[in-house]
Amino acid sequence: MLKQKISAYSILLGDQSLILGQRLGELCGHGPILEVDIAMTNIALDLLGQARLYYQLAAELSDTYEDEDQIAFLRREKDYNNCVLVEMPNGDFGDTIVRQYLFDVYHLMFLNQLKESNEKRLKAIAEKSIKEVRYHLNFSGDWILRLGKGTEVSNQKIQKAVDTLWPYTKELVQSSELETEMHGFGIAPNLADLEDEYYRQVKSKFAEAEIKLPEDKWSQIQGKKGLHSEHFGYLLSDLQYLQRSYPNSKW
Amino acid sequence: MVDVQKQINIEEIWEILEAVPDPEIPVISIVELGVVRDVKIINEQLKVTITPTYTGCPAMDMISVMIKAALEDRKIENYTLETVLSPPWTTDWMSDETKNKLKSYGIAPPAENTQDKNSLLGKPLQIACPQCESKNTVMQSQFGSTPCKSLYKCNDCLEPFDYFKCH
Repeated sequence: MLKQKISAYSILLGDQSLILGQRLGELCGHGPILEVDIAMTNIALDLLGQARLYYQLAAELSDTYEDEDQIAFLRREKDYNNCVLVEMPNGDFGDTIVRQYLFDVYHLMFLNQLKESNEKRLKAIAEKSIKEVRYHLNFSGDWILRLGKGTEVSNQKIQKAVDTLWPYTKELVQSSELETEMHGFGIAPNLADLEDEYYRQVKSKFAEAEIKLPEDKWSQIQGKKGLHSEHFGYLLSDLQYLQRSYPNSKW
Repeated sequence: MVDVQKQINIEEIWEILEAVPDPEIPVISIVELGVVRDVKIINEQLKVTITPTYTGCPAMDMISVMIKAALEDRKIENYTLETVLSPPWTTDWMSDETKNKLKSYGIAPPAENTQDKNSLLGKPLQIACPQCESKNTVMQSQFGSTPCKSLYKCNDCLEPFDYFKCH
């Protein structure tokens, strides 16, 4: 039934924001400098807010889930459909900010398309989120330039992070079965349409930041099918700890 | 209860809501902030519509609690509180009077309209220091103490200050 599929699609979108938000939240009180600490947690807050909107919509349409908390906290690893990029560990600040930049470029382009969706609640979430994501991209893009063109060491760290994370970008712009189906109904963007522009923007920023592009090799495209990296189980055990230990606890 | 409800008119409701301060910036009300979008009475039931500033802003829960308390203080119990996302909240809804209140409180108000070219292109803005009016200021941190603010410093009077972001 279409309603159940829209619910599943809204969960997929919520998962991307929730998992990246959770990763950034780990930096609360641990950022390299105070301003960055505040920035990462502010971005986490925006992403969590967006995840809640997607999950609330999903719960409203769903026959399976009663509320947003059940979706966020009580699913198993394979039920999460976020792309693998967002679950990658924070590593050093180079890893954190490259992951953020690679996601932000996609995220802004994606939301600009989602705001044309004929599903009016998804459209409203997109219109609301775009304003926040612009700030995220400004922030991460500035840091790519600053560190890429900074010192030899900072350049190396950004380069190392780009080399590691590059294979995970393909998944952002490749539709899963569900996304393709949603595109057919005019609900979701066609991700393949974003691919050229995505790589054009990212490559031009890396050229400016004096970062070499890695060769296109094997690419990880499993997260949207529920097949995650070895890091994901640890992330979930943190995220779900409270609800698993004290079921139904509320704030 | 029904009698009390009937005596309440829409203007009084707006007055009640105008007295509810923003929990983070108490110098302006939630009406001035643009969070309250609509007040209606449908079939003798009051309906208040609000919209969030930023999606994750923790103050929104607090604002709902404060609205309920303000209404119930006036013995208004037959009401619904609805949240809408569209049209998305924008600082363009702030009046000049509201912006002046922010400024006298020590927060630099949004410097321009979201439709302005510089804002759309993400160009850095010249923000006037709310203490000494100098435009010789520098951004310290794009993100600040709440989602809606950035942190700036004045190079003339050396005071740090919050800037309410154009959104």
